[in-house]
Amino acid sequence: MIAILKKIASAIITIVVVSCLVFIAFSVIPGDPAVAKLGTQATPEKLEALRIKMGLNEPLLKRFVLWLSGIVRGDFSTSYSYSMSVNSLIAEKIPVTLILALYSLIIMIVISIPVAVFAARHKGDVIERTVTIINQVIMSIPPFFGGILISLVFGMTLKLFTPGAYVSYSKNLGAFLAYMFFPALALALPKAAMAVSLLYTSIVDELKKDYVRTAYSRGNSTKGVFYNHILKNACIPVITFLGMAIADMIAGSIVIEQVFSIPGLGRILLTSIQNRDYPVVEAIIVIIAALVILSNLLVDIMYRVIDPRVGRSNE
Amino acid sequence: MKMFKKVLVLTLALTMAIAFCGCGSDKAAEESTITVGIAQDIEDSLDPHHAAAAGTREVLFNIFEGLVKPNSNGELIPAIASEYSVDEEGKVYTFTLRDGVTFHNGEAVTVEDVKASIERNAGIGDGEALVAAFSNIESVDTPDDKTVVITLATPDTDFISNMTVAILSADHLDETATDPIGTGPYKYVSRSPQENIILEAYDGYWGEKAFIKNVEFKVVADPDTIVMNLESGAIDMFPRVTSVQASQLSDKFNVLEGTMNLVQAVYLNNDVEPLNDVRVRQALCYAVDKQEIMDFMADGKGTAIGSSMFPSFGKYYMEELNDVYTTDVDKAKELLEEAGYPNGFDLKITIPSNYEQHVQTGEVVKEQFAKIGVNVELELVEWNTWLSDVYSGRQYEATVVGVDASTLSARALLSRFVSDAGNNFINFKSEAYDEAYNKALASTDDAEQTKYYKECETILTNEAANVYIQDMSELIALNKAFTGYEFYPLYAQDISKIRPAD
Amino acid sequence: MNKGKKNINLILGLILAGIAIIPALVGIFWTPYSTEAMDVSLKLSAPDMRHLLGCDNYGRDILSRLMAGSKITLIIGIGTVFFGCSIGTMVGALTGYYGGLIDNVLMRVNDVLFSFPSILLAMVFVSLTGAGNLQLVIALGIAFIPSYARVVRAEFIRNKNMDYVMAARLAGASNLRIIFVHILPNTIKVLVSSILIGFNNAVLAEAGLSFLGIGVKPPEASLGSMLSDAQTYLFSRPSMVVYPGVALILMILGIALISKEIK
Repeated sequence: MIAILKKIASAIITIVVVSCLVFIAFSVIPGDPAVAKLGTQATPEKLEALRIKMGLNEPLLKRFVLWLSGIVRGDFSTSYSYSMSVNSLIAEKIPVTLILALYSLIIMIVISIPVAVFAARHKGDVIERTVTIINQVIMSIPPFFGGILISLVFGMTLKLFTPGAYVSYSKNLGAFLAYMFFPALALALPKAAMAVSLLYTSIVDELKKDYVRTAYSRGNSTKGVFYNHILKNACIPVITFLGMAIADMIAGSIVIEQVFSIPGLGRILLTSIQNRDYPVVEAIIVIIAALVILSNLLVDIMYRVIDPRVGRSNE
Repeated sequence: MKMFKKVLVLTLALTMAIAFCGCGSDKAAEESTITVGIAQDIEDSLDPHHAAAAGTREVLFNIFEGLVKPNSNGELIPAIASEYSVDEEGKVYTFTLRDGVTFHNGEAVTVEDVKASIERNAGIGDGEALVAAFSNIESVDTPDDKTVVITLATPDTDFISNMTVAILSADHLDETATDPIGTGPYKYVSRSPQENIILEAYDGYWGEKAFIKNVEFKVVADPDTIVMNLESGAIDMFPRVTSVQASQLSDKFNVLEGTMNLVQAVYLNNDVEPLNDVRVRQALCYAVDKQEIMDFMADGKGTAIGSSMFPSFGKYYMEELNDVYTTDVDKAKELLEEAGYPNGFDLKITIPSNYEQHVQTGEVVKEQFAKIGVNVELELVEWNTWLSDVYSGRQYEATVVGVDASTLSARALLSRFVSDAGNNFINFKSEAYDEAYNKALASTDDAEQTKYYKECETILTNEAANVYIQDMSELIALNKAFTGYEFYPLYAQDISKIRPAD
Repeated sequence: MNKGKKNINLILGLILAGIAIIPALVGIFWTPYSTEAMDVSLKLSAPDMRHLLGCDNYGRDILSRLMAGSKITLIIGIGTVFFGCSIGTMVGALTGYYGGLIDNVLMRVNDVLFSFPSILLAMVFVSLTGAGNLQLVIALGIAFIPSYARVVRAEFIRNKNMDYVMAARLAGASNLRIIFVHILPNTIKVLVSSILIGFNNAVLAEAGLSFLGIGVKPPEASLGSMLSDAQTYLFSRPSMVVYPGVALILMILGIALISKEIK
């Protein structure tokens, strides 16, 4: 329990440190958000007036304190380019990215477990080798190239979905999920391949263990042993991989969103970076970092709950 | 642990079910809905008085109107004002409000609204004018509840072109950025950043009402997905597709051709060595092959130009200036030698990276300049860096951009080249130009004024102020289910004119 | 797995990586045509004997650009690994060997960096400094420091109390000498496979960033930016998408196979 609390505390500290670093980074760099907003209409007088309005003329420390106290209250101030609060701007987009990541996580799990089990059961024959080869190739496909291929094959050729025809989840949840399936698939495939190879190795290792032999020799049915003991134990090492996979999927969604024209956090982040809309950029980075840290924390806790040995040997 | 397998099967089934259930339900397309793709979201402001980007103006065109508004022929027609008159001198403008014009919230437009909107732009009350030309306004008076009289400090016969400025409700001014209310054929419904802006036809519109009820401006930020979006039916129309994209479209689409109405050029900083030598600038003009650029970019589409004016401006446009510098590498080399650069020189061309067509032009220009020994380094910068370094800071050697006109006046294109103009980002200095320009301003006779404006254009060409290239062709992809699209000589996508094809 | 199969994997990996990397290496010195020269008459021309893979929308030889693009991707990948690995090894060695406060502080920083998806960190960095090859290398390099630091740190912790280290210490060797002369060489074996995996990750990240348009600057090409450019021609010329995509896959697949066997 104490170890878990410690982990939680450390995660919170990490989030705070990330927030501070992000703010400092964006405060010291050259480039004036006021210029970006006024565009070709800029005159020195207008710029000055806008800077005052945006609070850019305040001393750095004061801005930092204001910003940080805002975050603590859950208020990410106002976007420069949209004249709306960053909160409401992002609140709409977080579910998009989150659902994409979770969706691909589900797809990854759904694909990888049966495939790994299948391959392990056919260890040594052609099927196992074929799976290994396909697996290795899929692992080497960059998600965005996979995305392009999926658009081409499933979208344009087979017409299973219409690339670009994104529907907001608030408008039609069914259509939204239908559209998100292929982007999620593109995101999930390389990770699923990694999961398959991890799980496969893990199952094969497990099969060699004494208890399995004992069970088999006692005449226990193969299936029972397989699902009751082998798969359960084999999954444990894969859980650590989940943490990394979630982080990668959240980050990977930035690129996949671009391939499939999905207006999620990634899209807003890219345009805000271009517009120097710092409040939005800072907020999104802090939020993505927090999501990643939290999912790692969650996986960590899960790991400890499933396999209590971990906590003891480490702390 | 049979459970495990069951859970697995269930999850799999669920995923599939979720994935395919939505397919049929959504395209039960309502009759009067159009989805228009736009390349960038509105990122400056929904408030038309604070909006700067051309991409914003073309969307807001549907929501807001001024006392007068441009039509597709480039003429100003009465809008919120039913008529107006100008005194002999060009100093007093009198507008009569049209009856029955209402804001989208149902309230009638009053003279107070007009006064407040114009004073806001003129900066009366709070200092700085939002539109430079408005600083000339001395007073805005409302002698009765139908009449607005604008008095200028110095006479200006061209002032009416500024009266396209949006009229907003006097007690809603500050909320416009978040809740825009205008008088146009469409009213604002909602927006989702980087996703869409949704409009709906306004039933109480005073003029010819829009044909299509619902309009969604969908942000298609990645140009690579435009064709996919069109073909899949995700969008019905996309203004400004490239010729390559147009060639990939199936016969479900009409591709309409117009012009972009901007002056694309290699803009030269006339203040830096060696570009401060007119011979060097002329050499660069001779080196460029405009046709080749258009061939690369748009299969030859586009209109070559020779000065800061494009064909849509009719009477001001001078086609003869296009042929002052026909491509002539030898002549260019000669001029360079005369100027003391027999072996050419290094030139850095700074281009905003978000404008693909300018980047493409830059890449071709680089090759063309290389033929006369000018070694180009392309520097791609973010739009914002371009604005601060090139446009405001004037710290650059050359740049490729397109300059458009914000109003239907020659002045919108020519005023920036006056020696002390605040937006003279090329540092052009010519006494002859200043004189001709001021004469144009002062004249009250249209023919005379046109003559002086033309003189200005000629000076720009002869001085080789910039390496003028083209007014790019504008290709509009429109699904054949719709018709009625009209091109404007300004940045505008007038959706109210579009109607279903049958 | 038996010995024979191991060799097959290794040979296959070398062949695949070779197909992708050799043209890139040649591309450093020579390409069939200029990678930037444009010719409108060749715009989007189909493959023929003179232009084996055809020409792109500017009439530039695709094969030449593919070679140059692979070269840039390769250079950025190697640069990133070099940068990330040298600093990561330093950090890992010091923290692993000394432990204590320095370990705590550096590992905390490491955790912060690690919790940041590398592509996001690189995006932030590039948005701060502007795009460019060097910036990319530094950005990605920083993002990959933690992975090397972790590996090296673990090795140092494992090694520092081993007999041979004790013996060296007794013989009067200084800490620095023990770190660099005695322990470091023993970590190489573990490092090699993380270097290969790191190279793959760097290649993927670079391609991703260039695909988003915040990597290399045109007219220079990398495999990622070529993919992004070619997306416009997905329907009329799918091959333009396929070439850089396949080059990327070959490079990554080849290296992955090699690293699998070395492990």
